[in-house]
Amino acid sequence: MNQDWPLWEVFIRGRQGLDHKHVGSLHAADAAMAIENARDVYTRRMEGISIWVVESRNIHASNPEEASSLYDPANDKPYRHPTFYDLPEALKHM
Amino acid sequence: MSTEPEVSFTNKIDQEIKIEPKDWMPEQYRKMLIRQISQHAHSEIVGMLPEGNWITRAPSLKRKATLIAKVQDEAGHGLYLYSAAETLGISRQEMLDQLHSGKAKYSSIFNYPTLTWADIGAIGWLVDGAAIMNQVPLCRSSFGPYARAMVRICKEESFHQRQGFEILLTLSRGSDAQRAMAQDALNRWWWPSVMMFGPKDDESPNTLQSMRWKIKRFSNDELRQKFIDVCAEQVKFLNLELPDEHLKWNEETRHYDFGPINWTEFWQVVNGNGPCNKQRLDARRKAHDDGQWVRDAAAAYADKKRQQQSQAAA
Ligand SMILES: [Fe+2]
Ligand SMILES: [Fe+2]
Repeated sequence: MNQDWPLWEVFIRGRQGLDHKHVGSLHAADAAMAIENARDVYTRRMEGISIWVVESRNIHASNPEEASSLYDPANDKPYRHPTFYDLPEALKHM
Repeated sequence: MSTEPEVSFTNKIDQEIKIEPKDWMPEQYRKMLIRQISQHAHSEIVGMLPEGNWITRAPSLKRKATLIAKVQDEAGHGLYLYSAAETLGISRQEMLDQLHSGKAKYSSIFNYPTLTWADIGAIGWLVDGAAIMNQVPLCRSSFGPYARAMVRICKEESFHQRQGFEILLTLSRGSDAQRAMAQDALNRWWWPSVMMFGPKDDESPNTLQSMRWKIKRFSNDELRQKFIDVCAEQVKFLNLELPDEHLKWNEETRHYDFGPINWTEFWQVVNGNGPCNKQRLDARRKAHDDGQWVRDAAAAYADKKRQQQSQAAA
């Protein structure tokens, strides 16, 4: 038997109150092993308090070559940003 | 004539925008990265062998715990780098096959033996020191996954070098025999460490293209000179000597001059005829083969679990 273990993406919450952040990937036979390996590979110095693992084949990604059309709807809407509006300098707390 | 994706690739490189795995890239760029990153990963993995040799014989519990932690870090470094290489489309199995068949290279420094405890000090100071010199600029490498792996690695490396220097410092303040042991380790590890930066620039055909693509940021000779300059100062704290009678500060160049490098030895070791090449590869293959039943068992267990789950769901 020569079966390659699937690839998993690893996400770690660094501290309470922070998002889980992608830190890398690893191979493991199943989810439990992926979490244990992630602990050994990515949190040897207390870098995390919570680990998510997701099998890489379950991640669907946008295509970078389609970036311009994908993000086009947001491209011409500067009025969504606070700096778009001209207000007097003297106005405070707005 | 450049095609449209080529132009966009070159623009990104010029503007210091990272290249990510799904972005278009020239085939040669991909190849060069796979070669460099996998070689780098192999070096981390094979690099565990000469040091692992001393874990059971470390002189105190503190030194033993430190050495285990360091060797474990190197395993982690290998894994970060294998993962980075895999994003370029080569499989883990393929890379391991290349290592075990002898097709892939790894840093030739690991083909030297660790004869005494002082060697663990010399490796930490010089070998990890040279690795750091090489790796810090790679944190800005143009390929995203490689650069991110290097950031993680560099954070972990600095204790490696410091623990090595501390070992040498302790020995250098000890008995005559301990001082002699430390000096002997430097005598054996200095030149191989200097050679770690690879062949001279004019004999390193890939350097120019690699620098143009911002995979590498400095040439072999530039990094080598930096390393020698730093070590020539640090060795003063040990009251020991680097084994190079030509090593001398040059006021004009503002660098240390150094003696001739034995390139014949370098190529001998690269081509498989170093003192431990065979031993290292044999140990590596044996570890892999002996682990086969563990991999099989884990895969079988995962399969069984999956079947149980789908039966329960049905
Ligand atoms: Fe390392
Ligand atoms: Fe290291």
